[in-house]
Amino acid sequence: MNRIPKITLLVLFNGFFILPATAARIGDISETSVLEQALRFFTFQEPSVRYALLGSIFLGITCGLLGSFIVVRKMALFGDTLSHALLPGVALGFLWNMSKDPIAIFVGATLAGLLGSIVVHLIKQTTRLKEDTALGLVLASFFAVGVCLVTMIQRLPTGNKSGIDKFLFGQAAAIGADDIKLMAIITALAVAAITIFYKELLVTSFDSGFARVAGFPAQAIHYGLMLLLAFAVVIALQAVGVVLVSAMLITPAAAAYLLTDRMSRMLMLASAFGMAAGALGAFVSFLGPGLPTGPFMVLAASVVFALAFLFGPRHGVVMRWWRQHSRSRRMQRENTLKAIYQVLETREGEGDSVSLRELAQRRRETEDDARRQAYELKQHGLATLHDDGDVIFLTPDGWEQACAIVRNHRLWELYLTHAANIAADHVHEDAEKIEHVLGEEVVRQLEKRLDYATTDPHGKRIPSLADMRQRGAQAGRSEDTVGYGRRA
Amino acid sequence: MTSLFPTFDFHRVFVAPWTQDLATQGWVMLMGFFVATACGLVGNYLILRRMALVGDAISHSILPGLAIGFLLVHSRNSLVMFLGALAAGIVTTILIELIHKKSRVKQDAAIGITFSSLFAIGVILISLFASKVDLDQECVLYGEINNVALDFPYVSLGGFTLGPPALVRMAGVTIVVVLLIALFYKELLVSSFDPGLAFSLGINATVMHYSLMAMLSVVVVSAFESVGAILVIAMLILPGAAAALLSQRLPVILLLSVFHAALSSVLGVHLGLALECSPAGAMVVMGTLLFALAWLFSPSQGLVAGWFRLRMKPLIPPDTDQAAKFKV
Repeated sequence: MNRIPKITLLVLFNGFFILPATAARIGDISETSVLEQALRFFTFQEPSVRYALLGSIFLGITCGLLGSFIVVRKMALFGDTLSHALLPGVALGFLWNMSKDPIAIFVGATLAGLLGSIVVHLIKQTTRLKEDTALGLVLASFFAVGVCLVTMIQRLPTGNKSGIDKFLFGQAAAIGADDIKLMAIITALAVAAITIFYKELLVTSFDSGFARVAGFPAQAIHYGLMLLLAFAVVIALQAVGVVLVSAMLITPAAAAYLLTDRMSRMLMLASAFGMAAGALGAFVSFLGPGLPTGPFMVLAASVVFALAFLFGPRHGVVMRWWRQHSRSRRMQRENTLKAIYQVLETREGEGDSVSLRELAQRRRETEDDARRQAYELKQHGLATLHDDGDVIFLTPDGWEQACAIVRNHRLWELYLTHAANIAADHVHEDAEKIEHVLGEEVVRQLEKRLDYATTDPHGKRIPSLADMRQRGAQAGRSEDTVGYGRRA
Repeated sequence: MTSLFPTFDFHRVFVAPWTQDLATQGWVMLMGFFVATACGLVGNYLILRRMALVGDAISHSILPGLAIGFLLVHSRNSLVMFLGALAAGIVTTILIELIHKKSRVKQDAAIGITFSSLFAIGVILISLFASKVDLDQECVLYGEINNVALDFPYVSLGGFTLGPPALVRMAGVTIVVVLLIALFYKELLVSSFDPGLAFSLGINATVMHYSLMAMLSVVVVSAFESVGAILVIAMLILPGAAAALLSQRLPVILLLSVFHAALSSVLGVHLGLALECSPAGAMVVMGTLLFALAWLFSPSQGLVAGWFRLRMKPLIPPDTDQAAKFKV
């Protein structure tokens, strides 16, 4: 075994202790503290900081824009394959004149990426292997060729300090002026292409059948997008690295996908998230020595995704849970109100308060449960409690809601017996559920359909608009209340 | 100046590994064989279940588990590290399911997000504790199969030297995988090809799924040290994919993938010596070449055979307009 011991390898290649020439421009990082580094970052005086930040922003925009199309076309893992398949191209581009010439690397990587996507296509076309296998095959075999080439380059005397290993996990600090120019050009190209061909991209992404019928050149658009994607991945390599670049395509776009239903808005959000994640990653990796940029960018993007996943206003898990929870609480409140109304109803106008025991009996619950529910009503301003919470008075709001819910229930029962010919003793269960979701519109329609009926199938009175207002007026409410379905 | 391609030396590449260097290269070849066999056997089922990319995901995302396990006990080869990686593998499967089921993000994107986040966490942990962790970024990427012979002391049983501990471990994992596949052959077969039938036979598909995932995690974790996070995917997919091109019967496919594993590891070591590059990378390159050969020359599905059939028995006379249409 004549292999160099591990620790020596670490020192030579990883740049943890000796920074390679490319990264040395940002100074002797290891001697300064985190705070000083942060200060240096925010003063933007050093060109390397400006380049790193600018580069991260460019890559965020490009990846966000193209990633959105990748995500909606369900090609997320294609991006992963493409990015791994670039490695041999990067190595060959590097070998062209043994330096990190952006143009040579760009050309080599783009060619490797395109070759990879062609091989995936060929395997799918000519064998029984499925897409996932084809993607995995190309990813791993191209990457292996790349690994062989990179280890061969690192064996060369000039290879050690070349910084080619920076392409694996990315180092934004290694971005130079030439790289920035290239990134700006590609970003402009991506923005222009998406603006010009927006309609075509949209149609082929969401309705390929229609796109074909309408005569859109779906194949050409697909390959155009692939080419742009290859460009985006190549420019992101410097900062994020081969291994994680696909995450910058997928994660910001997936987060945006959770937040909006419109493609234009998704594109904006995705590129904003990409920019934010990119800048944050560049900043954090600048703080300490040997911190790779790519993983921090990816982690920032993942945090954004996690937030969108949990707290997205429409599709967020927590938000959905909260909506469900508050809906069931509301239903509970409405059921309590209904019970109170029913108790008052049996008294035929004698007194307007309900005791806790009556409520508990009506709901067939313990008094503790009834007390909890009464308290809940009080908190929502629907009732007031007296005598240590043993006596419940409904507020005008509470009375109105109680009337509304009972009205919904009885109208629906009547509707089912009249219009759907269901026996009167079978309609209660259904009405129990639907009373909570009937909107004002539907209630109006029901009233009309049922010819403003006043009694339900069981012979009980359906509370009218006048009933609802009566108490409201008694309690000094103005007469301008409209409708039944007012809810807190 | 050293050139990119070292001068070819027949003795160094072909003779030495079998004579004076057999003590080291032999272990490397054997290790490669065990890694590729264990991965390839499990990989066959991934390919059948169209889950090849879940293997990709797990191979990336065990990294934080490994790193945390390592930081806890400060040594490699420990059970803690192994369990950490196993837990990370299972967490990955669960996270993918969770994101996929609980939001409208599709499965492919869910896979991509999960593994990249976990992998990023792993890389960050490693680089933060770089001075403490004997686990560097290079190892993550290429593996260190070359070091297998340096893993002292060798395990011996009853006076007979079995080999380096790492190799013995990997061999153990391989044997367990073979045994499990032999024991649950029918269950795996049925649940992979026909979940409906599996259900009616009383085979719990969920249990089979998670068992397979657990087995995959174990295999990937054991292989990680030798071939790194990314080349594992090749080890998982290449043998099975090449074998699937040559046969349609699962027992034959399983045997062929073992054969592919053996061939690619032995040839790979020689290629690695010839090019003086990472042996793990060279093994995968050899495996890829074998796959390419199968793709070209498979008697039933090969490109050459297909082309030959098309030439010998044209279905439609080649000079009509329709010929062009039907060729597609």
